[in-house]
Amino acid sequence: MKQKKVKFAFFLDLEYAYKTLLRNKIRSLLTILGIVIGVGSVIATISIGQGASKAIQNSINSMGSNLLFVLPGSSSLGGIHRGFGMLPTLTLNDAYAIRKLPAVRTDSGMLNATQQVIWRGNNWATLIDGANSTFTTIRSWSVAKGVFFDRRQVTSVSNVAVIGDTVATKLFGLMNPVGHVVLIHNIPFTVIGVLSAKGFNAFGRDRDDIVVIPITTMLEKIAGTTWVRAIAVSAISDKDTIRAQSEITALLRQRHHIPLHKPNDFFIRNLSEIAKTANSSADTFTILLGSIAAISLLVGGIGIMNIMLVSVTERTKEIGIRMTVGAKKKDILKQFLIESSVLSLFGGLLGVGCGIGLSDMISLLSPLKTIVTTEPVVISLVFSLAVGIFFGFYPAYKASRMNPAEALRYE
Amino acid sequence: MGNTSLIRLEDIGMTYKIGDIPYEALKGICLNINNGEFISIMGASGSGKSTLMNILGCLDKPTSGSYFLEDRDVSDLTSDELAEIRNKKIGFVFQGFNLVQRLTLIENVMLPLYYSGFHSKEAEYMASETLKLVNLYEKGNKFPNQISGGEQQVVAIARAIVNDAPMIIADEPTGNLDSVRGSDVMNLFLKINAERGSTIILVTHDKNIADYGRRLVTMRDGAIIS
Repeated sequence: MKQKKVKFAFFLDLEYAYKTLLRNKIRSLLTILGIVIGVGSVIATISIGQGASKAIQNSINSMGSNLLFVLPGSSSLGGIHRGFGMLPTLTLNDAYAIRKLPAVRTDSGMLNATQQVIWRGNNWATLIDGANSTFTTIRSWSVAKGVFFDRRQVTSVSNVAVIGDTVATKLFGLMNPVGHVVLIHNIPFTVIGVLSAKGFNAFGRDRDDIVVIPITTMLEKIAGTTWVRAIAVSAISDKDTIRAQSEITALLRQRHHIPLHKPNDFFIRNLSEIAKTANSSADTFTILLGSIAAISLLVGGIGIMNIMLVSVTERTKEIGIRMTVGAKKKDILKQFLIESSVLSLFGGLLGVGCGIGLSDMISLLSPLKTIVTTEPVVISLVFSLAVGIFFGFYPAYKASRMNPAEALRYE
Repeated sequence: MGNTSLIRLEDIGMTYKIGDIPYEALKGICLNINNGEFISIMGASGSGKSTLMNILGCLDKPTSGSYFLEDRDVSDLTSDELAEIRNKKIGFVFQGFNLVQRLTLIENVMLPLYYSGFHSKEAEYMASETLKLVNLYEKGNKFPNQISGGEQQVVAIARAIVNDAPMIIADEPTGNLDSVRGSDVMNLFLKINAERGSTIILVTHDKNIADYGRRLVTMRDGAIIS
């Protein structure tokens, strides 16, 4: 009998709550507007945050796998501080030594310069990147046409070039550049390959506007130096970037004969660390936006409380009748709590719909691809239900405390 | 049931505070009502009959004295205990019908069953049978504002008897009805009293209506004068 009562009462209450709210469509809609906006903006902002975070991740991954950059140290001669990478402390031999370390998969010495590239009547100023044959591995970059230069071509200081997609289009149009000879710094280079297109990076630079030549050729024939500007290192796995970093530090200190009390004359940048930082700042941003949106959920809850208070006053007579025929305090409390919960849950559902719609619209109208996951949807639904119960409690409590004789007299 | 005692009031007093000034609405009321009686409580407005009705109906607690219902002292129970007594022992009929406007007629009749733990189907059956008894079964799915005042009062009576309560308290049940509808309602009370043996306590200021009762109690200034 006891259990029957629970079932009967609960479903009937639910049904009455539903009917009551339908009877006052406009008012119910206005009541839940706050919740709808709150949940909607929570869902939309989190989808933006997650989309941004994913975009940052992708762009960093596309730069290369488990990448470390070793840069020469800064100099401060005569009080003038120059930035990292300005001091000639790294050589190609450093790069070859780094390659032998256990946590390092491969490396590539790097030196780049901007030069005019000429082919017949066309010319284009672009970034000339001196690199090792390991370039494609380190930068996760494949060749679309032709081949990349091999180790032999690097040791033999060959005049070969692999050009980026943008350079290929600017110089050759729709023609296949492979096999043609271009002039760089007035030296003829044979184009042996074209890199696959990568598009713009996160900072707006066109990554396809590049010509890659062997680092040896770059050093001897174009720059006329033995110093490299950077050494790109690929660690054997994502977890080994920190280990690779310490191995490289120890190795270079030894090679450069740096005494214990002196600072490094080089600097190591860990891209996966940068990725983590970028991700955590995206997360902070999401949390900030999300909490502002959550405040509007609270305001929505206050809206529900207001209307429930009005509803309780309006229905004083009904409460009186119900009490007269035997409703106990908890019956009245439950009735109004169910009503406010149904309201807020309905608002939550509507808000989820609006939020997903909004996030889809942002995806459609902006370059950012938003991502809606289950978690924020479930959490904001639970939260809106909790708001309904929390803010519905006071009006419901007020209703349950009424004196039946007085409530009956209310007109 | 015959002459067993249903209600025993011993020296009931009720004092309200209006601002700082105490107002004595009931003064030392003593009254016995037996099972199966049809009793009319008559008095002008301000005579204390509504206050007495609220106490008899367990809607309010007296400030002094004792109220025994079926030999149980109910003068100092909690509001939930009183709610249970109203649910099981008392049916109410009011001047303004007091049906819940947003519920259908059958749902209104089901309301006391809803609060006493009946299963939905069972409650619906009992409510239907009761509506058949008062010839309003066909209108069960209408809402109160879709039927006449007389019919609404009959629905209220159906709600009062659906739980088989031993007593029915009727407060000016004909006050909002014309004389034809009024006498229909009063005849229904007579029928219920005769056929079901329910005790009927009628509260009114109208002598013609009070005459339906077999016993008349007259009140003035918070006391019973005859």
